[in-house]
Amino acid sequence: MALHARLRGNDTATTDRIVAAAEGVILGKSRPIRLAVACLLARGHLLIEDLPGVGKTTLALVLARLFGLEFRRIQFTSDMLPADVVGASIYDRNSGGFSFHPGPIFTQLALADEVNRATPKTQSALLEAMEERQVTVEGSTRQLPEPFFVIATQNPDTQLGTFPLPESQLDRFLMRIHLGYPGRDAERELLAGRDRRLMIRDLRPAVTQDELQALQRRAEAVHVADALVAYVQAILSHTRNDADLRHGLSPRAGQALLRAARAWALLEGRDAVLPEDVQAVFPAVAGHRLQGREHNSPGTGTEALLANIPIP
Amino acid sequence: MSTGGIPPEERIPPDSLAWLLAVMAFVIAPHTLQLPLWLSAAVVACGVLRIMLAYRGERLPGRTVRVLAVAAATTGIYLSYGTIFGLDAGVAMLCLMAGFKVLELRSRRDVMVTLLLGYFLLVTHFLYDQSLFTAGYMLVAVCGLTTLLITTQQPTHRGKPLTHVRLAATMLAQALPIMVILFLLFPRVPGPLWSMPDDAGGATTGLSDEMSPGSISELSQSDEVAFRAEFENGPPVYPQRYWRGPVFSSYDGNTWRQADEDVNREPPDVQPVGEPLRYTVTLEPHDERWLLALDLATGVDREASFDAAHQLRQDDPLRERVRYAARSSLQYRLGTTLGDEARRHYTHLPDDTHPQARDLAREWRADTADDTELVEHGLGHFRREPFSYTLQPPRLDEDSIDEFLFETRAGFCEHYAAAFTVLMRAADIPARVVTGYLGGRMNPAGDYMIVRQSDAHAWVEVWLEGEGWRSVDPTGYVAPERVERGLAGAVPDTDPVPSGAFDADGIVQNLALRWDAVNAYWNRWVLAYGPNLQQELMERLKLDSWQRMALALLGAMALSLGLVTAVLLLRNRDPAPDPVAREWQRFCERLARAGLPRRPDEGPRDYARRAAAQWPEHADTIQAIAARYQALRYGLTSAESNDIRSLRHAVKHMPRP
Repeated sequence: MALHARLRGNDTATTDRIVAAAEGVILGKSRPIRLAVACLLARGHLLIEDLPGVGKTTLALVLARLFGLEFRRIQFTSDMLPADVVGASIYDRNSGGFSFHPGPIFTQLALADEVNRATPKTQSALLEAMEERQVTVEGSTRQLPEPFFVIATQNPDTQLGTFPLPESQLDRFLMRIHLGYPGRDAERELLAGRDRRLMIRDLRPAVTQDELQALQRRAEAVHVADALVAYVQAILSHTRNDADLRHGLSPRAGQALLRAARAWALLEGRDAVLPEDVQAVFPAVAGHRLQGREHNSPGTGTEALLANIPIP
Repeated sequence: MSTGGIPPEERIPPDSLAWLLAVMAFVIAPHTLQLPLWLSAAVVACGVLRIMLAYRGERLPGRTVRVLAVAAATTGIYLSYGTIFGLDAGVAMLCLMAGFKVLELRSRRDVMVTLLLGYFLLVTHFLYDQSLFTAGYMLVAVCGLTTLLITTQQPTHRGKPLTHVRLAATMLAQALPIMVILFLLFPRVPGPLWSMPDDAGGATTGLSDEMSPGSISELSQSDEVAFRAEFENGPPVYPQRYWRGPVFSSYDGNTWRQADEDVNREPPDVQPVGEPLRYTVTLEPHDERWLLALDLATGVDREASFDAAHQLRQDDPLRERVRYAARSSLQYRLGTTLGDEARRHYTHLPDDTHPQARDLAREWRADTADDTELVEHGLGHFRREPFSYTLQPPRLDEDSIDEFLFETRAGFCEHYAAAFTVLMRAADIPARVVTGYLGGRMNPAGDYMIVRQSDAHAWVEVWLEGEGWRSVDPTGYVAPERVERGLAGAVPDTDPVPSGAFDADGIVQNLALRWDAVNAYWNRWVLAYGPNLQQELMERLKLDSWQRMALALLGAMALSLGLVTAVLLLRNRDPAPDPVAREWQRFCERLARAGLPRRPDEGPRDYARRAAAQWPEHADTIQAIAARYQALRYGLTSAESNDIRSLRHAVKHMPRP
């Protein structure tokens, strides 16, 4: 039987290489890794939410290495000021004038560690930079480097001494992923294996900057058929009518969902998005944008939500 | 408030409780007009107590208190009404119980019970009043109750009351066609829709079955509508708007009554002159047997007959608003012959009454040549002498006719009509008093005439040889304005006259007339829709047997439900059925029959994988079909007819798993 019409493949050699290299360091976490890679390919910022010590920072470091990005880490604390993130003008005694000292945000990949420990004022400075991809300090606007990613980590907000990110700011993150504890075998291997920090230091970039930009362009070009748009719309509409949710998904959330699904399809080696791609990224994209009404645990049951939405 | 034992989702938040109490108060409010004061106060107290307990977080009254309260209430109702059954006592009981129910509102279930009680209480309003205003009020109340019912069912949607109001309004609007169908087609029983047998015919105003000085002037203080009339070819001029009601010919020296002889005797012959005037009367209930018709009526389309005094009568008292078509001739000859016995009856005066009046009549007889001249001369007497027309005549003590004619000389139409009839009878001319209405105003807002109780009037009929009964109005000789324009211009300014008696000018009057027009339509098309109108409609629709009617009823209901369903389905339908999707559907159905149905949320890739794992021997075919479907439906390639056909071929010829 001859099949003329086929989904054209997408070359996955490069992306497979990235994913494989990351999996070599972070064991048994294939799905979060793929989601994180998809998030970066879709030019989105990533929020990793989990308990301390499960490898959040490691994942961010690995991604920075593999993509060959200039990397700065910002450890957030409650006494941090916006200037500690974006930078400040400081009087220079030698020149007799003020000169701008860029903050740690001026980098290609910023790891905002424990972002929910910072005060809302500092958080909003970071989130504004994420959204605008530029920083305005003392009246002058400075562009951030290109590409520019933020990978933020946070502890679940049930912990003491945290300032949970407000919903409107959570929206700036394309995805929020959880890592979770490793599986039994993976954990044994982890315990027996080399120091992760050393492993990261030995990692070589898997792609050049040009290759990364090419991948991002390819992700944007992945086809979305009308039938798939109908499915995404059905999902949005369903969330708006669900009595258990406080708010439905916004149109912007719908766009984010499609962007992420395109990148996912690219990782899967396809040039068109399937409903499965949407389903794969949906928990990560929608989880932090939906809030349950009764239980105060946002994002629970996104998979259960999908089970109620027929594919048109 | 003790909430132990009630799961959190069943508890009532205070704001919901406040809304519930507000709506219930709105539902019960009109009943306070009927209820004894203590009862209304008790119901209000229950509501206030409940809301106070809720805000203070205190316990609701216990079982003992509630049982005592119910016992006290039952006793109270028994003391107030003398019974705990029947319409009034029953409604009072319901209101009180609604108040008590509020006191034991604990869970969502109690709210439901209270709301259902509210719906029931709502219906009872129609037992007292069926006006358009009540209907509108009920509509608002139903909307409120339904909104709360929706809120109760969706506790998670708290805080969006407007959405619930909108949903309730939508639901009521969707129920509208069904309501109309049931209204039109549901078999009607005779009688007004809401009448209760015991309570039919309360206090009604209207003409009385007897007339003594003062009876009509009292009536003309009432602004109430007596009847409305629509004319086919325009109304007659004002002075010709004599609406004939009860005719009085029995006289005892003070009071005029209807004569039994009039009912039994043969009706007089009627010769109408000229084209008849055709019109339709919508008569308000007045609890008596007569119907009103323009003088002189020649026919009516209702079970009613003319008696010897040409009074239109029906067999049963009029207890509901009726509508009938009638025709009248403004010029006519009535009763050209008069038998001896009838002549004696119409000239009878009690002995030893009204000596002065008898003398005056004798004087007139001597001064004039014949009866016709005497009548003219007698009417002229009221103009020649200083008579005055007033709603507040001086008291008449002994011989009312003589005192009026020769001392006070001030009176209302019944004084003039009675006095003139006595004078005519004293002169041996057959005469009788006719009461009814004179006038009526056209409502410009509805092209029909409103006749009010303030238009009540009395005039005289005299019998003349060779001519028959002639209608004469002595009032017209005292106060021509009354006959030509109406009451308001005819009586002195100091007399109290109801506002309805004035001409329509000014915004308030105009609005009142418009409101009357709306009410007239309501009465005519909604309240008057009884068995007769229904039968008429059914005959016109060829639904004259009950089987057909039942079929039509069911059919119409099914049709309207079907229409709503169709609209809902069409609105949620996919735009155009995709041929590729149809093939995929077929493929899924085949696999489903083989025992592996696709979950609705399962994508093509996942499903194909699952199917291929289930039937490894067909894995290639399944994967090929799924791949093709994915490409055609989600891929960049546009679906060519060739591709669809080969997909269809593949699905059709796939081996049966």
